[in-house]
Amino acid sequence: METKSIAETESEIIEEFSFFPDWHDKYEYIIELGKKLKDIPEDKRVNENKVKGCQSSVWLISDLADGKIIFTADSDSVIVKGLIALLIRVLSHRTPDEILEAKLEFIDAIGLKQHLAGTRANGLASMIKQIRMYALAYKAKQEQLQN
Amino acid sequence: MRLTLVKLQTTLTGKIFDVDRIRDDFPILSRKINGKPLVYLDNAATSQKPISVINAITDYYKKYNSNIHRGVYSISIEANEAYEKAKENIRAFINAGDVREIIFTRGTTEAINLVAYSYGFTHVNEGDEVLISAMEHHANIVPWQVLCQQKNAKLKVIPVNSKGKLEMEEFKRLLTPKVKIVAVCHISNSLGTINPVKEVIRLAHENGSVVLIDGAQAIHHTNVDVCDLGADFYAFSGHKMYGPMGIGVLYGKAELLEAMPPYQTGGDMISSVSFEKTIYNDIPLKFEAGTPNVEGTVGISAAIDYINEVGLDSIHKQESELLDYATEKINQIEGVRIIGTAQNKASVLSFVVNGLNALDIGIMLDTYGVAVRTGQHCTEPLMDIFGIPGTVRASFAFYNTLAEVDIFIEALKSAISTLKR
Repeated sequence: METKSIAETESEIIEEFSFFPDWHDKYEYIIELGKKLKDIPEDKRVNENKVKGCQSSVWLISDLADGKIIFTADSDSVIVKGLIALLIRVLSHRTPDEILEAKLEFIDAIGLKQHLAGTRANGLASMIKQIRMYALAYKAKQEQLQN
Repeated sequence: MRLTLVKLQTTLTGKIFDVDRIRDDFPILSRKINGKPLVYLDNAATSQKPISVINAITDYYKKYNSNIHRGVYSISIEANEAYEKAKENIRAFINAGDVREIIFTRGTTEAINLVAYSYGFTHVNEGDEVLISAMEHHANIVPWQVLCQQKNAKLKVIPVNSKGKLEMEEFKRLLTPKVKIVAVCHISNSLGTINPVKEVIRLAHENGSVVLIDGAQAIHHTNVDVCDLGADFYAFSGHKMYGPMGIGVLYGKAELLEAMPPYQTGGDMISSVSFEKTIYNDIPLKFEAGTPNVEGTVGISAAIDYINEVGLDSIHKQESELLDYATEKINQIEGVRIIGTAQNKASVLSFVVNGLNALDIGIMLDTYGVAVRTGQHCTEPLMDIFGIPGTVRASFAFYNTLAEVDIFIEALKSAISTLKR
């Protein structure tokens, strides 16, 4: 099966969300997505995997396989977990370059940016930053190995 | 049935309290959020503004905006009069003995910082203690922590019990001759507990300690009489009492203020300046460096007029009714635990729901147009004591209705079922 590109996945998400007339339904869908996401085991829910957010805890783990980064993440907030599921759908199993080039326009397009403004509240922005940091780190590591 | 009862309360002064008419005074209350009427239950964070306050501010800018003090022309004199009138209005509102005891600040936070830096730095020395309570807002913790760190003094904390009540016996035990300052809130922002501040002040004074009361959550709920309380310092913000943001008040006893060094320096706070020496102005100007927030003073004054017109007794009655009704209703929802169950409580309803994150509940309530606050409410140490990451907090004002409580409760039930599904 051909993997969809980041841009294609983003368009797909934007289209899915256009089916929901109001925010209540959008959040119900987000919660559903979160529930489908695998939990991170308790022993991985440690401080070094934690992404800073004021009102919810987010744990993010990354692995590198075949030059692609695989992200797993979890949160104690079911809504944040749903948002994580969206981010993982777009950004997991990608090369560091793909991640660093991603524009993540879907967040704004489905209205989430406006709805979850304030990085302190949800840690979403912190998580995107952390994902990019991992991508940068893996990229540097790969370049080091090539040299 | 209950609705009509509340809608038409006759107050002690014989005025009729009609919540529908009151709501007409607040333009924002007719807003729709996500297609639903806004149910604003975040009044402990900031209150909404009546049209009279909004008009007072726009009038100032339309008709007499100018810098005050020493202006010799008509509109500056008018602005100065408005500013002086606001001070007198505040003095009367809190029953201070002398208008010189009223200092305008940016808000409660700046008022507390002023006392911590000016009074604290000159009166707290190595080995001394500052006593706060476990239910303080960060604004009444951090300034004292900084003071204690810099002075090698100790910050001690009066514990609260499981209901969120101040442990008065512990307070008495902690009150040693080393305690130079006691700083506690009149009403807790995250629990709603009304503290026995008069008793706190009496005991502290017997001990020779000076007391600052953080009145941010109290000034608009209850009659504050600084003389009767005996407070040395009393701080509050305009925006929590239906006035604008960016203006607050520090009340301080004249003899204390007179002996304190300035907190900030610059224009207005001086009586004469040369390159060699500056002579400071008298109080209160000594503590009001720079051009004051005249717009804010006009706004806070209009807010006081509004509160006086409605009557604090009517406000209190309506808010008590709302709290009792909401408490009764929320207690019927399975899995909900109220945090802060002291007998003597203001209209703040903080709660957690078993297995659910407060943030999720807040986000879902917003889809119903219900605005609440979620998280730690700037009282992180208190949340640690209760062993919870945060709460959902609904806080009621007199312009809220029982029908809005019903909307809130139904939205909460629906949010819980969506989140638990």
